[in-house]
Amino acid sequence: MTRLENPSVSIQDLSLNFGAISVLETLNIDVAEGEFIVLLGPSGCGKSTLLNCIAGLLDVSDGRIFIKGKNVTWEEPKDRGIGMVFQSYALYPQMTVEKNLSFGLRVAGIPKDEIAKRIARAAEILQIEPLLQRKPSALSGGQRQRVAIGRALVRDVDVFLFDEPLSNLDAKLRAELRVEIKLLHSKLQNTMIYVTHDQIEAMTLADRIAVMKGGVIQQLDAPQKIYNRPVNRFVAGFLGSPAMNFLDGRLEKNDGNWHFAVEDVRIPLATYAFEKEPVPGAAVFGIRPEHVAFNSGSGWPFTATANVVVVEPMGSDTLVWLKLGNQNFTVRVTSERTPNNADTVSIGFDPMRASLFDAATGNRL
Amino acid sequence: MADLAVPLPADTGSIGLEASGPRGPKPRHVFSRRNIFLYGTLIVVALYYLLPLYVMVVTSLKGMPEIRLGNIFSPPLEITFEPWVKAWSSACTGLNCDGLSRGFWNSVRITVPSVILSIAIASVNGYALANWRFKGADTFFVILIVGAFIPYQVMIYPIVIILREIGLYGSLSGLVIVHSIFGMPILTLLFRNYFTSMPEELFRAARVDGAGFWGIYFRIMLPMSLPIFVVAIILQVTGIWNDFLFGVVYTRPDTYPMTVQLNNIVNSVQGVKEYNVNMAATILTGLVPLVVYFVSGKLFVRGIAAGAVKG
Repeated sequence: MTRLENPSVSIQDLSLNFGAISVLETLNIDVAEGEFIVLLGPSGCGKSTLLNCIAGLLDVSDGRIFIKGKNVTWEEPKDRGIGMVFQSYALYPQMTVEKNLSFGLRVAGIPKDEIAKRIARAAEILQIEPLLQRKPSALSGGQRQRVAIGRALVRDVDVFLFDEPLSNLDAKLRAELRVEIKLLHSKLQNTMIYVTHDQIEAMTLADRIAVMKGGVIQQLDAPQKIYNRPVNRFVAGFLGSPAMNFLDGRLEKNDGNWHFAVEDVRIPLATYAFEKEPVPGAAVFGIRPEHVAFNSGSGWPFTATANVVVVEPMGSDTLVWLKLGNQNFTVRVTSERTPNNADTVSIGFDPMRASLFDAATGNRL
Repeated sequence: MADLAVPLPADTGSIGLEASGPRGPKPRHVFSRRNIFLYGTLIVVALYYLLPLYVMVVTSLKGMPEIRLGNIFSPPLEITFEPWVKAWSSACTGLNCDGLSRGFWNSVRITVPSVILSIAIASVNGYALANWRFKGADTFFVILIVGAFIPYQVMIYPIVIILREIGLYGSLSGLVIVHSIFGMPILTLLFRNYFTSMPEELFRAARVDGAGFWGIYFRIMLPMSLPIFVVAIILQVTGIWNDFLFGVVYTRPDTYPMTVQLNNIVNSVQGVKEYNVNMAATILTGLVPLVVYFVSGKLFVRGIAAGAVKG
């Protein structure tokens, strides 16, 4: 992988085993100064474990961790220049908000007036001034998470670590706090590493997303790049809701042109940008539901007819489940032009927006 | 199971449903068979357990002539506190005739340091086992727990020798050490389970904040674990106060705890059996654990439920 010039956080060949179970395998990642990196993956993919390793809460089996150019592999969490925000907030229940914020500073023996100054600043940024004398039990979920962020803020750290900070909140609050975290990042310009299994959070917040599976980073790229050009079938299927359509078929070359043959349908691939020169064989064709249009008539490189199975209105748009031959296929359309059940509709799309994967390895073709 | 009939909204009459049907909570009868059976059983069992206590209290308030009449259930005709005074301050055990008061103070001098010492050590043990997963922690824990299953009697003689060798045999501090050691398995288990049930992220947050082993223990864990400390105190106070075996083995007559002294008063073979004094002495000895239970009843149940069952 490519190395950055002056990374804020640099993970080199990091491995972690619990006994015989390997959780992280020679993992490498560089995070640039002021970058917002999201570690995204299903549960058990090792994303939280990686975060805990960076924080120093877990001892690594192999490899090195650099923060701000300093090797912190053996350092205590407090000496790494990190602040951490936890999913369950982890506020000290017996202390007021103010004491919660100042705990780390008091432990470090920082003078009182300095503590007061830093708390005032953090409270102002997070707008929790009226809550300072309350106990955590008297706060709402959103307020608690704000205090938890504040606790990282007052420590004046280089790197913020977020461990699924919004997962305990309801949908509305989650959306609100997501925006606040984004604002906070643009205001502070700190390096932030954010763990989540929520793809919306990942897409909206990240400068770059690292999609993880089985302790290995599958793809590390800008959100749009990951969304539009996933490197393998796992990444393609994990991102996007509703999920990408996958059609099993064969890659064929007829008359010098590449086609994707699924049952008796042949999709021309003239507009598709192959990663490298393809070879004929079994493959998977993936296209996102929003890249397919209805009743398109002419102008599409590929059109077909399909039967409507189920219609799911979702408010802003509608999801239509189709049968294309024997394979399930979903299309996302605006709500005005919704077909009825059992209709036969014609669909069209441009294979330029599609993704082709090797059937065996799952890698992008 | 109570309300199978769904209460009907008020305006359903207009669409032809029965307007006068069941609505609101289903009525319950005080004298249902269920209630009679339940409360009847409870009352019978309570009486069964309280009867001996009643006999003790009544007998302790009677004079000897009245006791000799043999009506152990009848209330005293003439209430006298003489037996209580005698039990406390002038009942004889061997050569000493200063009553249970000596044993009481001995028991206090044994219980207080034992409780403090054992809880202080066990809570740190439990905290280390729950949060600082050091190498061999599980083995250590298993060894400690096995200790809880070994009958005390097996260890009496070896401990006698150990105490003799280190010169503490017969002294109060020797007994304090014995009590602290024997309280360790169950208390460590209690504290470990309690600390394990606390959110781990709290511990991690404290570590990121820079607090060390003792910093986290005193500033984060301790203030959050009042209930389990109360439970531990209750367990230890009652356990150590009620102990007879260690008391009789590891102390001398002038340092006997209250229970041993009670036994010596009640079981003395010469002279007349003074049932009223014996009863009063027994109640006096049992008073401390009784008070502890009454004062802390709710906390005790809560703590047991929170700490001991989980994990």
